[in-house]
Amino acid sequence: PPFPKIKKIIRENTFTVLEVECLIRLFHSLVERANVRLNNFGLDRNAFRAILHSVFGMTDDMLMNRVFFAFDKDNDNCINAKEWVKGLSVFLRGTFEEKLKFCFEVYYLNGDGYISQEEIFDMLKNSLHQQSSEEETDEGIRELVDITLKKMDYDNDGKISFADFEKAVKEDKLLLEVFGPCLPEAKVECQQLKLVKGTF
Amino acid sequence: MGVALTRSAQWTAAGYGTRTLEITPLNEVILKEIVMFVESFIYKHPQEAKYVFVEPLEWKTNLDPSAFESGYIVSETTVKSEEVDKDGQPLLFLSVPHIKIRSLGQLSRLLLIAKDRKLKEAQACIEANRDPVTKILGLDYNTVKEDTSTVNILDKITKDEDPESEIKMKVGMLLKQLDLHLLNHSLKHISLQICLNPTTVKNDIELLKHFSGKGEQTVLESIDYTSDYEFSNGCRAPPWRQIHGEICYVLVKPHDVETLCVTCSTEGVFLNGGKTEDEGEINYERKSEIYKDLVTFLKEKSAKFSENMSKQVSLQNLEISYAEWPKASCIGNKRKREERKKERKEKEKKKREKKKNEKKKREKKKRKKKKGEKKKGVGEGNKSKSKTKQNKTKQKRTTGEYLLILKSAEKIEEILSDSSSENEEDEEPPDRRQEANADLPSEYWQIQKLVKYLKGGNQTATVIALRSMKDFNLAQETCQLAIRDVGGLEVLINLLDTDEVKCKIGSLKILKEISHNPQIRRNIVDLGGLPVMVNILDSPHKSLKCLAAETIANVAKFRRARRAVRHHGGITKLVALLDCAQSSAKPAQSSLYDARDVEVARCGALALWSCSKSNANKEAIRQAGGIPLLAHLLKTSHENMLIPVVGTLQECASEENYRAAIKAERIIENLVKNLNSENEQLQEQCAMAIYQCAEDKETRDLVRLHGGLKPLASLLNNTDNKERLAAVTGAIWKCSISKENATKFREYEAIETLVGLLTDQPEEVLVNVVGALGECCQEYENRVLVRKCGGLQPLVNLLVGINQTLLVNVTKAVGACAVEPESMMIIDRLDGVRLLWSLLKNPHPDVKASAAWALCPCIQNAKDAGEMVRCLVGGLELIVNLLKSDNKEVLASVSNTVSNNILLYSMRHLAEAISRCCMWGRNRVAFGEYKAVAPLVRYLKSNDLSEDVDNCITIHENGNGAVKLLLGMIGSSDHDLQEAAAGCISNIRRLALAIDKARYT
Repeated sequence: PPFPKIKKIIRENTFTVLEVECLIRLFHSLVERANVRLNNFGLDRNAFRAILHSVFGMTDDMLMNRVFFAFDKDNDNCINAKEWVKGLSVFLRGTFEEKLKFCFEVYYLNGDGYISQEEIFDMLKNSLHQQSSEEETDEGIRELVDITLKKMDYDNDGKISFADFEKAVKEDKLLLEVFGPCLPEAKVECQQLKLVKGTF
Repeated sequence: MGVALTRSAQWTAAGYGTRTLEITPLNEVILKEIVMFVESFIYKHPQEAKYVFVEPLEWKTNLDPSAFESGYIVSETTVKSEEVDKDGQPLLFLSVPHIKIRSLGQLSRLLLIAKDRKLKEAQACIEANRDPVTKILGLDYNTVKEDTSTVNILDKITKDEDPESEIKMKVGMLLKQLDLHLLNHSLKHISLQICLNPTTVKNDIELLKHFSGKGEQTVLESIDYTSDYEFSNGCRAPPWRQIHGEICYVLVKPHDVETLCVTCSTEGVFLNGGKTEDEGEINYERKSEIYKDLVTFLKEKSAKFSENMSKQVSLQNLEISYAEWPKASCIGNKRKREERKKERKEKEKKKREKKKNEKKKREKKKRKKKKGEKKKGVGEGNKSKSKTKQNKTKQKRTTGEYLLILKSAEKIEEILSDSSSENEEDEEPPDRRQEANADLPSEYWQIQKLVKYLKGGNQTATVIALRSMKDFNLAQETCQLAIRDVGGLEVLINLLDTDEVKCKIGSLKILKEISHNPQIRRNIVDLGGLPVMVNILDSPHKSLKCLAAETIANVAKFRRARRAVRHHGGITKLVALLDCAQSSAKPAQSSLYDARDVEVARCGALALWSCSKSNANKEAIRQAGGIPLLAHLLKTSHENMLIPVVGTLQECASEENYRAAIKAERIIENLVKNLNSENEQLQEQCAMAIYQCAEDKETRDLVRLHGGLKPLASLLNNTDNKERLAAVTGAIWKCSISKENATKFREYEAIETLVGLLTDQPEEVLVNVVGALGECCQEYENRVLVRKCGGLQPLVNLLVGINQTLLVNVTKAVGACAVEPESMMIIDRLDGVRLLWSLLKNPHPDVKASAAWALCPCIQNAKDAGEMVRCLVGGLELIVNLLKSDNKEVLASVSNTVSNNILLYSMRHLAEAISRCCMWGRNRVAFGEYKAVAPLVRYLKSNDLSEDVDNCITIHENGNGAVKLLLGMIGSSDHDLQEAAAGCISNIRRLALAIDKARYT
């Protein structure tokens, strides 16, 4: 990879030069492994999801999709080296503010800047184990949606804005991943950091 | 008595041979009355007591011949009374186990001999003699009709006028009176009993039938009548049983017990002999106690029933409206309401009486209940939900009155549980479960729903539910208990065992809040929450560690919990938490990390503070190397950190090991430094720590050297915070044991302030204030100062208190002041000396000893001491009697008083005093220090008292001690004393020789 490009990436991230180089190597090896077709410059959704699952222990398909979209800043359905390093920077070294922003991005999908009631329902759809009847489970989920809205919708407009989200999470950090895990767990985080350093 | 016995006493129905009295409350009352009558007979009617029965009363007794004493001729297996009739036959004859008695006097005496077995004897007697009156008075007296019997008796008496028949008549009258009395009594008793009637019984059975059937939630499996035929009066029992008051028979199958065959009668409900297999006949004999109704009976017999019953009741009111027969249910409810009220009262009584038994039972029940709840789980709540919503308003209206009753009952319980937990934190408070029929707040249902999501949700749902639960007012008891009652505690604790960090954090955040409730603490321990939390202390997550430690700090407020923490290795882990701040302090990490480490250490200290209230834990903390870590943390400047750290040290300083370590680790310096903090709690804990440690002289000096006395003195001026004031005055008390410190305190004008604190302060402050003054007044200037500040009056006033610790200190302070003649005059004028004398009678030896010490200077300094002492009736006796005490402190002080007041004693008392002193063999050395005996001996010589034989005997009898001591005195450098002692011994020897001589000649 051309040198100035890396430099630019370094400037925007919390990693050291070494680490970035390392990440980029890793990226390329992943791309190579995932894609036989050489014309592809990045990771597509399936490949990325596989990585999220195997490396970061994520399980929820829907959320992994959302994480993919959050990584994919330019919306080309493919994650390039820059997006990769930037995303991982938040993932592994992100400050609280960065993580906050990242999570919010994962949770709002349609791009209007709000997390709507329907979206919340969608995300919590599988959060209750199937109980006696579907109807009952649905009712339970609706209840959970109500609870979260009541908790987080400070301006009472029926949807969660970034301001709402930020305020609620700052009050209780447990709410950071309120609609499902979209960040690596602390344990995994540490391991991956070591891995990044070790691969060099 | 005849009528009462045949008509109202309840005899067992079985057979014809020997019928026995049933154990019923009524019979017991009758027996007690008869016993009372017979027992007092010998005193009330001594003449009639001698009347000899026509026939003896015979029965098998359980009494042993050895129980009989004077007045009886006792052999191994027989007893004869010395009292005989005119033919010379004994009135009482016992040939094991048969006893024959022929007079009321002897009956009386027998009952006295039987003591606590008298009820049994009386019962045996009455059972064996079904018609005692006939035996006593003869057949003719009893055959007459009741209504005319008095007339008949009178007739008989007037016919033959010999004195014996007059007595006989009197006996007859008395027995008649007793009979009437017994009948009246049993009438009263019977009217107290609740009479069941066929309708109430029917309603109960129908109601129970409605809630019976298959499944976990019903109250019973089945309930059926034994007979389908109902008589027109509503009874189902055959007519010949109806005359016994029996209404019907029911076969009940509870979930957890075998089928019960139950008789419902007007007197109540009881278990009968059951239905015989082959003929289907019912064995009517009663096999259990009588219960006042079916529900009470079943509650007693089946735990499952009582459990499900309480669950059902909340739904009962609404479900009844669905039922076909609203009328019956209405009656049923009303009755239940009353019953429940009564039951509550009874329960409370029982609770108070047999708390311990209850505890075990309750625990069992709890376990059972929990199982039930778990199984009940989610489904049930849902099913009933729609109904509940519909009927909520209705329910509230119809049960309004009911709720009021319940509320008031609950309040009483609350008061009870409050007081008990206040008295002793370690005492287990009565477990209070929110019964399903109580006034359930809306929070209850919401929390129940959340717990459902906790149980059935994935991590995301769980975190949301936890987060939402935290938004309830968890400081409120209703919420705390609601979480527990819907089975939330189990889930919360189970979550701690998972790998989900967020769930653990959320769960601990809730547990931390609700564990402020003493009941919840116990439930957490019962559910095994502590080991899990102790494990979390190892987690790499700092916030998780903190939360776990904080929760442990809350839970470990009682002994069992503290023990559990230790047994699961919690102390070591908690001590390790203290280390965090140190290890990370070395590499210059960011301040954020630093703050989090400090927080971990703080939480660890908080938990250790709670745990350190148990002695074994103190030792465990020390062994885990906690002291240097605590000492290190003491150097920080975070108040939040310092309070638990000093708190732990303060608790632990009750141990000698710790005090030594505290000295060695230079902790005093930091304690003194923190006395100057702004934080009142920190000041309090530091003062407490100093109070604990300052028993040691070196420590006292250290406090002074580090300038701790001045802040202590200045803290005295703030009297609003009583806990702190108590701690500060305590520290001053202990510090002032050193003279240098007492002087310093005077410089800081602490004496004046202390005197000011002698009034209007709680006892724990007073004890310390007076203690401090007592120590300070060992110095002349301070004594003068106390007098000048008017401290003597309040001190003397305190002599009438009852708190023994306070009395010990007050007497000491008064004694210290009395060394000053001028002060003495004031004390005397204030009647203080008399009060001191009266304290010699105080039951507590420490108070006695202290009072005796205080009296010494009083008597020395009083001008007319002799008069004063003599004025006190029995004063001397008192002193000499005190010498018999086996408390060495008392002995030392008393003998000191004695020696100071030698002239006041009469000769005999003196000799006794000496020998008593010497009897106290082990402590002779200490005794010598007090120089108590020497003056006594000297005095003995001066009056040639030892020539008095009696005195010598007294001294000699009390063994070698006296002689040894006297021998020691011969070696004394004081010639007079030598002579006196030698003279004394020679007299004793001479006496001994004389005795020997007398023996051999």
